[in-house]
Amino acid sequence: MQKYECDVCGYIYDPAKGDPDNGVKPGTAWEDVPATWVCPDCGAGKQDFSPAQ
Amino acid sequence: MANFQAVQVTGNVWWVGAIDWHLREFHGYRTSRGSTYNAFLIIDEKVTLIDTVKAPFFEEMRERIASVIDPEKIDYIVSNHAEMDHSGALARAMQEFKAEKLFCSLQGERALKAHFHDRLPALEVVKTGDSIKLGKNDLTFVETKMLHWPDSMVSYLSGEKILFSQDAFGMHLAGSQRFADEYAKSLLYEEARKYFANILLLQSAKIIDLLNTLPSLNLDIDMVAPDHGPIWRNGEHAWIIDLYRQFAEQQPEKRAVVLFDTMWHSTEAMANAIADGIIGAGVPVEVISLHSCERSEVITRIMGAGVLAVGTPTINNNMYPSLGDMLVYMRGLKPQIAVGGAFGSFGWSGEGAKQVAEALSNMQIEQPLPPLAVKYVPDVAALESCRNWGKTLAEKLLEKINNQ
Repeated sequence: MQKYECDVCGYIYDPAKGDPDNGVKPGTAWEDVPATWVCPDCGAGKQDFSPAQ
Repeated sequence: MANFQAVQVTGNVWWVGAIDWHLREFHGYRTSRGSTYNAFLIIDEKVTLIDTVKAPFFEEMRERIASVIDPEKIDYIVSNHAEMDHSGALARAMQEFKAEKLFCSLQGERALKAHFHDRLPALEVVKTGDSIKLGKNDLTFVETKMLHWPDSMVSYLSGEKILFSQDAFGMHLAGSQRFADEYAKSLLYEEARKYFANILLLQSAKIIDLLNTLPSLNLDIDMVAPDHGPIWRNGEHAWIIDLYRQFAEQQPEKRAVVLFDTMWHSTEAMANAIADGIIGAGVPVEVISLHSCERSEVITRIMGAGVLAVGTPTINNNMYPSLGDMLVYMRGLKPQIAVGGAFGSFGWSGEGAKQVAEALSNMQIEQPLPPLAVKYVPDVAALESCRNWGKTLAEKLLEKINNQ
């Protein structure tokens, strides 16, 4: 599954790991991450993420 | 002769920053001892300036540079951190010193462009592991994203073996002496602790990661030169690095903080009785009134405390505004507290203590007891309840420490 990188701080969202501390279960594809989710490192919103290379 | 002189750091490296003796407020942080904005000049084939100063101190920096070399001889400027206490003089320095290139991280480029727009030409992005040759020395960059801004990076100078660490390992301390060994250790501890609590606490996990990966970078460091306060030389940086690990780990210490504000001394009476109960359980306590202590001092004392009891009166159906300020500041910095509790006196509706309990619980601070509320003035029995409430919090902490 495609990983996404935070444009603000460089945090990588890995769908395999999700973000369980913030309610996103492992295996959650980027498209299914809630719109209200924010970068756990810097607080940027989903719109500030780009597909990671 | 110019007023401001450079201070030699090593053979070819000079401190050319500024001393802000009178600074007492730094985005909500009370800087009781002022600060310095450190900029460093490297004399090599490519003359390089590491960071600059806050905008009003441009002339001070320029004079210090001029005491060593004609500022127009500067070829490179490195921006390790885009915040304006270090970048405020950057655009002017690039222009007036006619520097050839400005190096920064990718996030640094974005941040600097969003600050200075088209006033920063010749910007070159570097990433972790990149080196530039200055002549005899190389300068190597390591990005430290979110420590404490997205753009943050550190630069390592080979030959002189200096790590220019931007805000990391720094402190707000104005002084004429440039090196940490010229100050009392107790003063360094106090100001480094305050700096960590107010600037870095939120990023504790990242700091531990960085400290763990630092040895693998194989940097042979003799000196650490931060952007604020004194420079760590002769291996003294080992002390501050250990301290950072200790601060970042936030192991609950066997001590409690009782923090409150009060309207008619009733919440204060509760605070004192709670403190009494905590002492009775054998846990040292500090009682802090928001009337006499401001937020940056409070967070410094809260950091690492095993127990935090927070008291507020209820005014107009809400917690006291001073508690609102403090809890918002705390929520941002996320101190890890083992045991928490909320208390307060009220007249009729009594929302205050409940709101504090909710705020603590939103910060994931475990509260073994419900908020303790007393109507108007606590009587003997109410004060006894406060003692018991405090004692239970302290016992809960001791239980957690013993189970570790």
